[in-house]
Amino acid sequence: MVNLTMNGLEIAFEKGASLLEAARFFGIEIPTLCYNEGLNPYGACRLCLVEVGAPGRSRLVSSCTYPVQPGLIVRTHSARVLKARRLLLELYLATCPSSKIIQDLASKHHVTRVRFKQKNEECILCGLCTRYCAEQMHGHAIGMVGRGAERRIGSAFNKKSEDCRLCGGCSYICPACQARCQGPDEKSAVCGACLNLAPPCLDDHDDAMCYLDPCAACEMRGER
Amino acid sequence: MQEGMIERSHPFRQNGISLISQLQQIQQEHGWLPEPELRRLSAATGEPLIEIYRVATFYKSFSLAPRGRHRVTACCGTACHVRGSAGVTREISKLLGVKPGGTSADGRYSLETVNCLGACALAPLVVVDGEYHGNITPAGTRKLLKKITGPEAGNGAAAER
Amino acid sequence: MEALQARLKTPADLERYRAAIKAKQETITHRLSVCGGTGCAGGGSARIRDYLQDYLARRGLSARVALRFTGCLGLCERGPLVIVSPGEIFYQKVTAADAAEIVDQTVLKGELVERLLYTDPLNGEKYVSANEIPFLKKQSRFLLGDNWRLDPASIEDYLGLGGYAVLAGCLDGLNGAEIIARLKASRLRGRGGAGFPTGIKWAEGREAPGDQKYIICNADEGDPGAFMDRSLMEGNPHSVLEGLIIGGYAIGAGEGIVFVRAEYPTAVKNIRLAIARAEEVGLLGEDILGSGFDFRVSVSVGAGAFVSGETSALIRAVEGQVGEPRQKPPHLAQQGLWKKPTVVNNVETLANVPLILRLGTESYSGIGTASSKGTKIFSLVGKVNNTGLVEVPLGMTLREIIDDIGGGIKGGKRFKAVQTGGPSGGCLPASLLDLPTDYEALSEAGSMMGSGGMIVMDEETCMVDLARYFLAFLKEESCGACFSCREGIARMLEMVEAITRGESSPGQLELLEELAAVVKEASMCGLGQTASNPVLSTLRYFREEYLAHLVDRRCPAGVCRDLISFRIEAGICNGCGACRKSCPAGAVEGKKKEPHRIAAALCTRCGICLETCRYGAVLKE
Ligand SMILES: Cc1cc2nc3c(=O)[nH]c(=O)nc-3n(C[C@H](O)[C@H](O)[C@H](O)COP(=O)(O)O)c2cc1C
Ligand code: FES
Ligand code: FES
Repeated sequence: MVNLTMNGLEIAFEKGASLLEAARFFGIEIPTLCYNEGLNPYGACRLCLVEVGAPGRSRLVSSCTYPVQPGLIVRTHSARVLKARRLLLELYLATCPSSKIIQDLASKHHVTRVRFKQKNEECILCGLCTRYCAEQMHGHAIGMVGRGAERRIGSAFNKKSEDCRLCGGCSYICPACQARCQGPDEKSAVCGACLNLAPPCLDDHDDAMCYLDPCAACEMRGER
Repeated sequence: MQEGMIERSHPFRQNGISLISQLQQIQQEHGWLPEPELRRLSAATGEPLIEIYRVATFYKSFSLAPRGRHRVTACCGTACHVRGSAGVTREISKLLGVKPGGTSADGRYSLETVNCLGACALAPLVVVDGEYHGNITPAGTRKLLKKITGPEAGNGAAAER
Repeated sequence: MEALQARLKTPADLERYRAAIKAKQETITHRLSVCGGTGCAGGGSARIRDYLQDYLARRGLSARVALRFTGCLGLCERGPLVIVSPGEIFYQKVTAADAAEIVDQTVLKGELVERLLYTDPLNGEKYVSANEIPFLKKQSRFLLGDNWRLDPASIEDYLGLGGYAVLAGCLDGLNGAEIIARLKASRLRGRGGAGFPTGIKWAEGREAPGDQKYIICNADEGDPGAFMDRSLMEGNPHSVLEGLIIGGYAIGAGEGIVFVRAEYPTAVKNIRLAIARAEEVGLLGEDILGSGFDFRVSVSVGAGAFVSGETSALIRAVEGQVGEPRQKPPHLAQQGLWKKPTVVNNVETLANVPLILRLGTESYSGIGTASSKGTKIFSLVGKVNNTGLVEVPLGMTLREIIDDIGGGIKGGKRFKAVQTGGPSGGCLPASLLDLPTDYEALSEAGSMMGSGGMIVMDEETCMVDLARYFLAFLKEESCGACFSCREGIARMLEMVEAITRGESSPGQLELLEELAAVVKEASMCGLGQTASNPVLSTLRYFREEYLAHLVDRRCPAGVCRDLISFRIEAGICNGCGACRKSCPAGAVEGKKKEPHRIAAALCTRCGICLETCRYGAVLKE
C-alpha cells in the first residue's frame, strides 16, 4: 500500500495503481474521455488532469497515467485544474460538437460559450478504438497513423484490413460519435441546460472537497 | 495498473534489428517504402502491419511513395526562416510546379523541406541533388534550378502564369 | 601513422602508444587544417583538400606537411577556411585555386597570402593568427578549441592531444561514486535543454538496482537553427565517446548508444569510425585497459522526428518504435531502454565530462556564474555579421555575444530581438541585452537556455510571423497524442495566422494568452509544456507589434504578405526593365525607358522586383 494525500485526505492505496483509480475508489469524480477500465491507460484526452506536488511547486499531470507515489500531495479539483479542464472542454466543443458525452461534460463544467472557431471533427483521437482492437481483439486492424496535426486513425495503406473481424467494438467504444442533443445552438453544441437544470456543484476545492449533491455549502451560501 | 502499463509488448527484441533500422534498409534499397516490402516484413517478423505502417508514417525520413529523380531540399529552420527561406521555398515550388513535400507527376522532381541542415551560417540553404547552396534569394532560385530543369523549363514554368 | 600491433592492455600501454604517436608527429614541420564542417564543405572545401593533397605530393612534401580535414572551425560565415600552423595563420574564403599558393608561399617561404587574411568588417583591420581574430579571441573554446588540431577520423590525433588519459585515470584510480562526486562538485548541468544536474542524474542511474544498464548519448539535435552537437560529433567525436565511456563506467552500464539524427550523415560516419578505432586499440570492448570494465557502444540513426529528442521518446525510437514520449514516473533511471535503468545525456554534456575531470572541479566551476558553470556553445545565427558557433563562459551577456563576438547586426540595421532555446524558448528584446546567459536568468525572462540556438533578428523580422513560424513547426512536430498539445497548437496557429492576415479581432490576444497558458499546463511532455513560449514571449515583449497587425492591419517589419504591397516610385524608375523580366507573376508592366508599374491584382508579393532593382525604385509598404 502507498500512503498519499488527496484533496486533503490521507489515503492508502494499492501500489502500482494510478491516481485516477485511487480517486474513483474514494468516490472523487474525475472526467475522462480516453480512459476505459479494460484498456491500458493512454493519457491523451487530458481531461483527467490533477495537480500534484506541494503548493508552489506543483504541476498538472494526467491522473490515468500517473502512479500513486508515497507522500504525494494530489488535488483533483483545484482552481488550476478546473481552469485547464474547462478550457479543454471548450476546445472539445469547438472541435467535435457531435458528441453527447462531450456536450454533457461541458455542461457539467459550466462551459457556456465557445470562443474558438467552430469545427466539425468526427474523431478526437482518444485511441479507445485502436486500443480496443489491439488489446481486446488482438486484431491490429486499425491504429494511429501519422504525426502531429496529421495524426489520424486509419488502417495500413488506407485499405480495409484483412485482420478486421467486423466485431464492431471500435464503434461501440467511441465517445465521439454518439448523436448529441440538438440544443438551442445547433452549431456549437453548447448545452441549453434543458437536461441539467441543476448542474452539480463544481466550485474549486484546494485542500478539501465536498461530496454532497446537492452541495450543502453552496446551498447555505445561497448559490443554489 | 501493471508495471509499464502503457508499454506495448514488442516482438523486435533487444538484440534483433529494430523495426526502424529494417525500414531504413528497405528505404535505402528502393528509395522509398513499397507496400509489398512492408507486407513481407510484417509476415516475416510477426509485427502487425498497422504498427509498421504507423512507424513509417510517423517519421519524416520515410516515404511511402517513390521520390523524384531530382531532389530539391529547402531548409526551413529558424535561421533560414529569418533570412527569408519562406519566399525561396515558394519560388522553388512555383518553378518546379511541385508543392513542398510532393513529387511532380512525371516523377522528375521532389521538393522537400527540412528543419535545419546544420549549416545555418549559410542561410537560407537549398540542397539540389545532394549539393549545398547557401545564401539563396527568391530571385536566385531560377538560376539555381537551371541545372536540373534546363534553361527552357525554368523560363517556361515562369511564363505559364 | 604508427600501426598498433595489439590491443592496449594497461594504462602504461596507452602512454607508450601516445609517446610513439608524439615522436612520429615531431617529424612534421607544418600542418594544414582544411575545415570540413558543413558550411565550408558546402563551399567546396573537399576540393581544396584534394588539391592540397595532390600538390603536396607533387612537391614531395607529404611526409613533413600534415594535411587534415577537420570539423567546423567556427567562423562559417567566412568559409572555406584553412589554418596553417605553426603560427595558426587563418585563411578565409579560400578556393581550390589558392591551394598551390598557400603551399608555395606560406609553407615553403613562410610568407603570408595577404588577400586570404581575415579583415574585420567593423574596423577594417587585418588579422593573421586565428587566435587574434576578435570572433575567436573573445571566446573560451574549451570544447571546440581542438577541432582544428585534429582529424576526426584519426584516433591518433586525439591521443596526441592527451585524449583518453582521463578515461585511463578513471579506470585506474577512481570508482563510479568518486567520479560522480566530482561531477556533482563541478555543478555541470545538462546541455540538452532542461539543464538538469548531470551528477545527480548519474547518481540515480548508479543507485538504480539492476545489473544491466544503459547510457545513451542524445545527438538528435532537433532545434532548428542550432548545430553545436553536430560540430562536436563531426569535429571531435572521440571527446564525446570518452565522456560516454566514463559515464558508462560511473553508472555501471555495459552498453552505450549514440542516437544521431539521419540529417547528419557526416556525424554518423565520424562517430561510427571513432567507435571502430576505439575498439581496435582497446579503449572499447572487454576489459578496457585491464580494468575489468567491459563497455560497448552502438549507433542508432534516427528517422526524423523532433519529438523523439525527448528522452522517453528517444528510448522508444532506439527500440524501433514510434517516438512518442510517455508520462514519467517511472523515471528512466528506473525504467528506460528495454525497461532497464538508463541515463540519457546530450552530446555537449558528455564532451564536458573529460574536460571537467582533466581541469579539476575547482578550476572548472570557476568558469561561469553561481548557478551555471562551465562554457556553453551557442549557434549564433540570423542577422549578425559573424555567424557561426561560439563557445563562451556561461553568464556572458547577450550583448557581449552578439556585439563583441558576433560583430553586431548585418548591414548596419537595428537589433530587434534574439531568440534563444529554439521552439521551446522565447524572444528577448533589446532592453534585455544585458541579461547574462544563465539558466535561471533566461527562464525568468520567459525564454530558456535550451540547447543553445541563438537567432538574432533585426527590424526586418516580424515577431508575429516568428511566433507563427514556431507554431507551424510544432504543429508538425508534436507527436499529436495529447489533445491539449495537438489541438491547442493548431488553434494557436490559426489565431496567429489570422493576425498575420489582418483578419483577427480584438479580444483574440487575450484568448490566445489563455489558451497558451493551458497548453503549457495540460500537456504531458516538454514539447507541449514549452510550445507556448514563443507566443507568450512575443506577446510579452512585442505586444504593440501584434496590435499593429490587429488594429492597423499593418506589418511594421514588412513580412506578412497580406499586409504589404509593392510600388514602383515613378520618379526613380528609369525603365531598365530588370524587374519586369524577373517578375515570376508577370505583374510588372511598362515600356522600356519609361517608369514601370506593378499590377496589384497579379502581384504575389514575392519581393523579387525589390531584390532585383538596382536603383531602389521598388518600395515595400
Ligand atoms: C521535444 C523535445 C526535444 C528534445 N530534443 C533534444 C535533442 O535534440 N537533443 C538533446 O540533447 N536534448 C533534447 N531534448 C532534451 C532531452 O529531453 C533531455 O533533456 C536531454 O537529452 C538530457 O540530457 P542532458 O541532461 O545532458 O541535457 C528534447 C526535449 C524535448 C521535450
Ligand atoms: S483519461 Fe487520462 S488523459 Fe484521458
Ligand atoms: S536553419 Fe537552415 S541550416 Fe540551420
